[in-house]
Amino acid sequence: MLELAIKGTKRYYGWMTFLLAVIGAGFLLYLWQLDFGLGITGMSRDASWGFYIANFTFLVGVAAGGVMVVLPYYLHDYKAFGKVTILGEFLAIASVIMCMTFIIVDLGQPMRIFNVFLYPTPNSVLFWDTVVLSGYLLLNIVIGWNVLEAERNNVHYQQWLKPFIYLSIPWAISIHTVTAYLYCGLPGRGFWLTAILAPRFLSSAFASGPALLILMCLIIRRVSTFDPGREQIQSLAKIVAYAICVNVFFFLCEVFVVFYSQIPEHMDHFKYLFVGLHGKGAYVPWMWASLILMVIGILLTVNPITRKNEGVLAVACVVIFFGTWIDKGLGMISGGFTPNPLHHVNEYIPTLPEIGIALGVWAMGFFILTALFKIAVGVKEEVRA
Amino acid sequence: MDSIRRRVLQLLGLSALGLTSKPIRDAFAQEEEQVKYQTKKGENALTAQQWAMVIDTRAFESEGDLEPLIEACHKIHNVPQLRNKNHEIKWIWPEHYHNAFPLKAGRFLSEEVEHRPFLVLCNHCENPSCVRACPTKATFKRESDGIVLMDFHRCIGCRFCMAACPFGARSFNFRDPRPFIRETNKQFPTRMKGVVEKCNFCAERLAVGQMPACVEASEGKLTFGDLYDPESEVRELIRTNYTIRRKQALGTDPCVYYIV
Repeated sequence: MLELAIKGTKRYYGWMTFLLAVIGAGFLLYLWQLDFGLGITGMSRDASWGFYIANFTFLVGVAAGGVMVVLPYYLHDYKAFGKVTILGEFLAIASVIMCMTFIIVDLGQPMRIFNVFLYPTPNSVLFWDTVVLSGYLLLNIVIGWNVLEAERNNVHYQQWLKPFIYLSIPWAISIHTVTAYLYCGLPGRGFWLTAILAPRFLSSAFASGPALLILMCLIIRRVSTFDPGREQIQSLAKIVAYAICVNVFFFLCEVFVVFYSQIPEHMDHFKYLFVGLHGKGAYVPWMWASLILMVIGILLTVNPITRKNEGVLAVACVVIFFGTWIDKGLGMISGGFTPNPLHHVNEYIPTLPEIGIALGVWAMGFFILTALFKIAVGVKEEVRA
Repeated sequence: MDSIRRRVLQLLGLSALGLTSKPIRDAFAQEEEQVKYQTKKGENALTAQQWAMVIDTRAFESEGDLEPLIEACHKIHNVPQLRNKNHEIKWIWPEHYHNAFPLKAGRFLSEEVEHRPFLVLCNHCENPSCVRACPTKATFKRESDGIVLMDFHRCIGCRFCMAACPFGARSFNFRDPRPFIRETNKQFPTRMKGVVEKCNFCAERLAVGQMPACVEASEGKLTFGDLYDPESEVRELIRTNYTIRRKQALGTDPCVYYIV
């Protein structure tokens, strides 16, 4: 089926060349980082993780979000989603590959990465994170590829795939749970030390992942003869609506606990993010923007009149995607590190080379995503014709 | 033809998987393993069940009093002097009371304590959260004497330990540190970019019968000894003085005690 990815229109080639150029630029910047060290980023002794890990965290969510089309189809026999499950699985593949790349570019000694497998350490959450992420990647490649191939040959997929499909559903939950455990099990980091972190991560995942899928469906309908379907898009939109509501609710639960208890260790991080602390507050406009975007997202997706209008729905999805990205991809990590454990406020601001490398990784993900979606859509068109 | 090629590829894949999964199986079957290698102790080596330090903060009036201790440590351990604050590396340094003990800082405080400098370093916790976090065992708690050590050659630079440490004791080499070492001590390794480092309670000095450099330079203001020896000097000090530890409530059990 790979041949479908190399036969395309001029527009397809143009888009892929553009992505390749961004990947190339990011790669050059990465070579610089490899040579100099992580000192070209804005990270420091106090903010020891930054933009890379934040984007990694967000993309684990997008990957897990793919399960929102798989689950209703395979567990509840919701037939309409049969048309789009492959898109969810392929989105998961591209996202997990981005996640892994973000981890690698964040390592100080990337050539030693296999030490994680040479000296496996079950008490480290990072060890489990590599296990669940690579497992999820493998599951989605095996399932997605075989189901699509079966569809192309007009046969039912092989029976041995069934257990793997069922396994992939709890596995999707696990990748984001384990990723949250990276943060929420650390003593002395008041911002993350909360049992609601994993549920919060999942709710934002189930909003951002399906929101991106809706946008992809709308694009696919425009550029190909395959229509993912109005019912499918509307069902996805309802999932997004519930998930974004739950996400904001969980956030408010956190705000209540933190501000009613008045424990400074937990409160100071929220203060830093939303009103600034000790005169430092680079994230204040971003965090309020995130909150406002998520609320607009709720209004547009919950209200049936706006949800049913696909143009407005597209805007709502963009709004939700960016709102959750700021929340998780910007505030979640730097907010946890500021103030530092000694209550010094040393702000973390990503540098341009750092952002460039991150853009390169995103471009790589979209390159893979475009190629995979091209294959999937190609098969769908073939089968229909 | 096609199916044979597929079969061969499948077999190759399976065998590769089988070969690479060995260390993982080993990790889960460790109880069967026996200790094959042992490092012999030096004749003069100082030993303890759990090394601990008592800092008599009353003896230090200004940051200047701490400088010789910090200098002694950073010099013998090849700690670089980096000008960019983001790249800073430090093993032992002075802090204000409300930064060293943020959970214990009141608004109204003894003036003397408020202006006194507090020496902070790795606490060599009895229950270290950094060791729990490390995915490669590059940082580990040495069973023989409880020191939390780093293997600079195994560290992959993921910095999970830095997030896990509630004391900010760890530094990361954001760039090659070697050009920034004033005088290289050949007795101790320099580090490369991309690895984490921190205080090692002078494990290399204990091994040859010397006290940690900061303790030696402190002229009796710092005391070092075995926490589990009731006769030790540190236990005597803890018995006869009121001591506090940093963020004790977090349950990591720091082994650095402060007499205030």
